[in-house]
Amino acid sequence: MAGKTISEKILSMKSGHNARAGDLVICAVDYAMATDGSAPMAIDYFEQMGGTTLFDPQRITFVMDHYSSSAHQATRSLQQKMRDFALKHNIFIHEIGEGISHQLMLETGRTRPGGLLIGADSHSVTGGALNAFATGVGSSDLAATMICGQIWLKVPHTIKVILDGSFPDGVYAKDVALALAERLGADGASYQTLEFHGPAADAMEIEDRIVLSNMSVEMGAKAGIFCADHKTFEYLKDRTTETLIPVEADTDAHYVSKIVLDVSLLEPRIALPHAVDNVTPVAGVSGTSIQMVYIGTCTGGRVRDFHQALGILEAAGRLAPGVQLVVTPASKEVEMQLQQDGTLEKLHRLGATITAAGCGSCCGTAGPIPADGVNVLSTANRNFKARMGNARASIYLGSPAACAAAAVTGRITDPRKLQN
Amino acid sequence: MNTDYIISSSRKKETPDAQQLKRYLLETIDPSFAASVQPHDLLVAGTKFGCGSAMEIAVSVLLASGIKAVLARSFARTFYRNAINNGLVPVECETRGIHEGDRLIVSLDEGAVIVTNETRGNELAGSPFPAIILDLVTAGGLVQYFKIHHNFVASPQ
Repeated sequence: MAGKTISEKILSMKSGHNARAGDLVICAVDYAMATDGSAPMAIDYFEQMGGTTLFDPQRITFVMDHYSSSAHQATRSLQQKMRDFALKHNIFIHEIGEGISHQLMLETGRTRPGGLLIGADSHSVTGGALNAFATGVGSSDLAATMICGQIWLKVPHTIKVILDGSFPDGVYAKDVALALAERLGADGASYQTLEFHGPAADAMEIEDRIVLSNMSVEMGAKAGIFCADHKTFEYLKDRTTETLIPVEADTDAHYVSKIVLDVSLLEPRIALPHAVDNVTPVAGVSGTSIQMVYIGTCTGGRVRDFHQALGILEAAGRLAPGVQLVVTPASKEVEMQLQQDGTLEKLHRLGATITAAGCGSCCGTAGPIPADGVNVLSTANRNFKARMGNARASIYLGSPAACAAAAVTGRITDPRKLQN
Repeated sequence: MNTDYIISSSRKKETPDAQQLKRYLLETIDPSFAASVQPHDLLVAGTKFGCGSAMEIAVSVLLASGIKAVLARSFARTFYRNAINNGLVPVECETRGIHEGDRLIVSLDEGAVIVTNETRGNELAGSPFPAIILDLVTAGGLVQYFKIHHNFVASPQ
């Protein structure tokens, strides 16, 4: 019998069964998370299911990230419903402005190698960057888990993604994510895990691994998992006191397919409106005028992303006339680091609109929305029509460097032309 | 077909009430669609149905519109789970031979799913439901299932 993939191993541990791809198993969940976009409905389901107590309040987290404090009156009532429920059941709640749920699940040490995390938000796959099996569910699944601590899961088949070579200047994790979306399409990894291997994956910093895990859902993946290494341990060192046990795939594990991507040959990429897999090398779309640039989100709102952008912004010394640069740190921790190292002040001086940590403008609910006819270049993970709150805007996706290049030129520009 | 197209996330910020939101069903694609839906209509789609956000309201809004089943060549997994959990039947089958206005009957026999196209006089097999999913579908969704069992009880293997 062949060995096991990381997904098969984690789901075997969590189900107590010899879990193989294709099996349906009932698993014990380590942490469950809901946002202000999903928790209010989860509370309704919880009550409809006859729920009275939680299986373990310590293992449930609520985060208010999707809607800002200035949101609609009805939204505020939904957030209050979360607060009331959290208080009653002793659930830890992250308030508005603390950051994006997926980032907080990493920063707070809840995401650990070998863990099983579910989140009532599709980008919960982000946790795979730390060698956990993390996946998104809806509000009803989350409600059931709040009651019994379990979830049924189909053990996914796994695609082995081998990232070969080394990153050339001007090419980043986001470009790899877009290249994978281009290659696999929006459903190329449906019901499957993307397991990342190879020298370029090993060389990636945690903040860059997060980008690939986060965007694995844009190819339909159930999880996007990296191996654990010294960087994983370093990241978690001061975030948890738990013993960390990495989960490795067996050398004879069965993979449904293998993808080899040599990042050395990669060029910066841009996703065109209105689909994430509608990807072109930046040269194919250079010169397209841009009126709004967004740097933030659970894909591109970490310290490394802002540093990547800042080099280009500072070299130009100003934004292009007619461009609004909107900036949203992924979390308060990110924001404070940017404050300490002077990045925030530099962004302020450049004239950026800086919003509170959270989902911001990404889904049109917590930050500035684009006007009619506006072209946006964003570090986000989705560019569906109306995604940012206006169906008459067009959203392009690129790396933080590509976004910075557009912010200073007013056009989609190869960031390599502005570097060096 | 992503969930933001089924119901825009900027619409749902005001209310999670599907009855109020159903008038915006698929508005980004076709503003006249919501008004055209009749009770017992089936939604027939292509691939990647329900991809993108895991928001469950996308399923609730379809149900509130009177749609009891969605037929598609493939579903995003979060939409598929949400559908099962709420009693919306997701039928994974070949939909390319189905035309707008065809009269379809979806029947479940144990885990087998059969789609009868009365208009064209043919029958299609949908992907079968494994035991745990069939239990949920039979119960009418996860809420009904949990009201009875309070837990996941079936041996799923």
